[in-house]
Amino acid sequence: MARISVTVDGIRYADDVPPRTLLVYYLRDLGKVGTVVGCDTSNCGACTVLMTDPDGRARAVKSCNVLAVQADGREVTTVEGLSTADGGLHPVQRAFHENHALQCGFCTPGMVMTAVDLLADNPNPTEDEVRGGLEGNLCRCTGYQNIVRAVLAAAAERREAEAEAPAIGMPVSEEVPA
Amino acid sequence: MTAVVEPEVGRARLRKEDDRLLTGRTTWVDNIVLPGMLHLAILRSPMAHARIANVDVGPALRQPNVVAAFSGADVADVQGSLPCAWPVTEDMVHPDHPPLAVGEVRHVGEAVAVVVARDRASAVDALEAIEIDYDPLPAVLDLEAAVAEGTPLTHTGGTTNAAYTWIFDSADAGTGISVAEAAAESEITIARRYVQQRLIPASMEPRGVVVDPTGGQLTVWSSTQIPHIVRVMFALITGMPEHQIRVVAPDVGGGFGGKLQVIAEEFITYLAAQRVGKPVKYTESRSETMVSGHHGRDMIQDVTLTATRDGTITGLSVKLLANMGAYLGIVTPGVPLLGAFMYNAIYKMKAYRFECTGVFTNTTFTDAYRGAGRPEATYAIERVMDELAAELQVDPIEIRRRNWIQHDEFPYSTISGLQYDSGNYQAATDKALALIGYDELRAEQAARRASNDRVQLGVGVSTYTEMCGLAPSRILGALRYAAGGWESASVRVLPTGKVEVVTGTSPHGQGHVTSWSQIVADRLGVPFDDVTVLHGDTRVSYKGLDTYGSRSLAVGGIALVRACEKVIDKARPIAAHLLECAPEDLEFSEGAFRVRGTPSAAKTIADCAFGVFAAHDLPEGTEPTIDADAVFDPDNFSFPHGTHLCAAEVDTETGEVHLRRYVAVDDVGRVINPLIVEGQVHGGIAQGIAQALFEEAVYDADGNLLTGSLADYTLPSAADLPTFETDRTETPATSNPLGVKGVGEAGTIASTPAVVNAIVDALRPLGVTDIRMPCTPERVWRAIQEATK
Repeated sequence: MARISVTVDGIRYADDVPPRTLLVYYLRDLGKVGTVVGCDTSNCGACTVLMTDPDGRARAVKSCNVLAVQADGREVTTVEGLSTADGGLHPVQRAFHENHALQCGFCTPGMVMTAVDLLADNPNPTEDEVRGGLEGNLCRCTGYQNIVRAVLAAAAERREAEAEAPAIGMPVSEEVPA
Repeated sequence: MTAVVEPEVGRARLRKEDDRLLTGRTTWVDNIVLPGMLHLAILRSPMAHARIANVDVGPALRQPNVVAAFSGADVADVQGSLPCAWPVTEDMVHPDHPPLAVGEVRHVGEAVAVVVARDRASAVDALEAIEIDYDPLPAVLDLEAAVAEGTPLTHTGGTTNAAYTWIFDSADAGTGISVAEAAAESEITIARRYVQQRLIPASMEPRGVVVDPTGGQLTVWSSTQIPHIVRVMFALITGMPEHQIRVVAPDVGGGFGGKLQVIAEEFITYLAAQRVGKPVKYTESRSETMVSGHHGRDMIQDVTLTATRDGTITGLSVKLLANMGAYLGIVTPGVPLLGAFMYNAIYKMKAYRFECTGVFTNTTFTDAYRGAGRPEATYAIERVMDELAAELQVDPIEIRRRNWIQHDEFPYSTISGLQYDSGNYQAATDKALALIGYDELRAEQAARRASNDRVQLGVGVSTYTEMCGLAPSRILGALRYAAGGWESASVRVLPTGKVEVVTGTSPHGQGHVTSWSQIVADRLGVPFDDVTVLHGDTRVSYKGLDTYGSRSLAVGGIALVRACEKVIDKARPIAAHLLECAPEDLEFSEGAFRVRGTPSAAKTIADCAFGVFAAHDLPEGTEPTIDADAVFDPDNFSFPHGTHLCAAEVDTETGEVHLRRYVAVDDVGRVINPLIVEGQVHGGIAQGIAQALFEEAVYDADGNLLTGSLADYTLPSAADLPTFETDRTETPATSNPLGVKGVGEAGTIASTPAVVNAIVDALRPLGVTDIRMPCTPERVWRAIQEATK
């Protein structure tokens, strides 16, 4: 067993875990079952969460490809921790809803987290950049078109909000409320 | 008086389903945790065909945290055989299909033994301790070789690898003349072989099962498209009384036919749960899905089209070999039959013959995958129509126009014996041609050809139709399918006027909660938000035939309309009583009964619901309810159609294909929710393109699945697909009161031939006449090399 301390969606957990435990199974054992397992070769991206790197920057990671012990001392944000302080949908989640970017919804948590990371990196992406940025997340239902549309819409909404009130940015990954 | 409200049907309503899915508040089967629940892992065969010489689960039982372990031999007397509900011929060979293999394994991935443990990791670890010896047997892998003389048998002790041969002949059916007679009248014969590669449905959620045997009943949660059918099958196979079985399909992460199955894992988990007397969960890994969940397609199609020199088709003959794999699943033998009636597609002809042989091989069994039979048929006819056009040197659109059923010829009885109720192929085609700028593309193509451009341009056409809305029960019966094709709905108006709908359909991404709410809101004149839709739990929805074959709206939606009509009929005398008038003096619109000529006097459905709830003052002898159930059995299939056009650029030096434009004009009849319809079209097109360009399940010479993970079986990503340009024509179906046809499979059926036709069209001047799917750069490059040698 290895002792780890991980902050997940704003709550700090201290646990003893078998060293081979994958982060995704650790999260699911915590009850964070919004994060799902879609494959065993890290191809599908359904398990994607945000995890801070050593300098504190939140990055999308495939949590089936990270050991729980590697998350020691880090902050993890799952799709369940993405909503705004008042419990409303994160702008990316809302854009997915408004653009019918999900059908069965199984890939959605990972897709949303990757999109959040993508927009944090590149707030003004082209369609090709969105398609390239989502390449590691597979969806079998939508043909991706509405997902791409949703990510572009979230980017546009953020630009408009910033144009109206430059001082207040839309929430992005590093500003995810606890 | 109620204000005039915009009809719900036709509105692009955002989905009611989304919020939970977007925030991770979901109930996938793998999220279910029950007190005392144990975990199951399955040992699977590494051999394509072998005798199980010895199996000893004893060492696994001694591993930490292990509660039980057993093999097929231990449950041979009680496990029964998995069902095939479609014995397509009287003499079909129908071998036993034990959930756990007994004595012999017949494909890689077949379940052999299990371990039940406190946690999943312990169960998986303990599988390693099971001792098992196999004596290899010759494996049958090649579809054509399997039916040749002297080939080893897939099932030792059997007599043949041919499960059945099923024939349709227009001369025998009285729908036309014989193909021989038609050939005698013909000047052109085009004979082609097309290969439908094996595909894997690959919904994003792998399958999972939780079985709770406690509390004097059996509760089964399964990631399935068909909870109602699973319940009946559990009763038939286990002998457990049906009324003590509850099957729940909670949140289900996609299906595409892959979860239209009664699976070994459901019964294995049941057997384990019965043994230990505790709830047991099984969640498969993706690698297990790939080898044990059923596959799709895998057919060899020999197609012969005859025509006269003016381009008029005279006859069509199709000889099919269909790979069943090692066993027959719930509808395995019937999948080719769903295509049998569609090879003639939208075209008029005098003769048609279809002959299909279902063949056993030592591979994972095949069954329904999005479109099931119709994509294969559509591919073959749409490919061979292009070959006819090329032979006659006419435009592929023109050759279709000369042969298709004209709008004024509907209803039309086809050569395969179906009656197409409606359609307008000309309108959809004209719209698609305008949308893509067909003439400009042809001009660019000519210029590129003239300049010997390294990148050639092709335009692919697919003027598809399909049969869906499965299905009229009497036709299913005539085709020897064991069940019916009706669907059920219940509408309950609660005392406060809110409406609870129960549907027998079982959505897993299709948005039924939203669309059904729209239908009910219009019919009963209640707000969209006041309707809830319950489904997928046999305790709540006890009657239904579930979701597949683009049937949910065209059958289940009509049941819903009928139930709403009954509610209104039951409410009418209540309203008349409250308004002190005769029921026949009332008219119902926008949610209220009004006295003719006195529109200010009105009673809503909610008023009537409260009236029967209180029941203080009802007409003499009135049953105090306005709730209603309805079951709808369709008279006919529905026939969506459309024209898909694909502009593909092919790099003649690398074989790389770039889809530059993809235009789809679909006619799915009346549309309830355009947003959902568009989403279905997008996803359908993507899966059809995936068959054309990317996906193939490949076995090695020993029967190992080489494409056994998502690293090797290449589902397209966002970066692999173009933006689809979609539009619609709307020719309402005349066979149902909503005028709807179904849209779940149309995109997949249409797009595969559109893409391959585009690639072949680009390369035809080089002498390329076909490329076997998937058209990877290597295959395209090789086809070019072969043609230009």
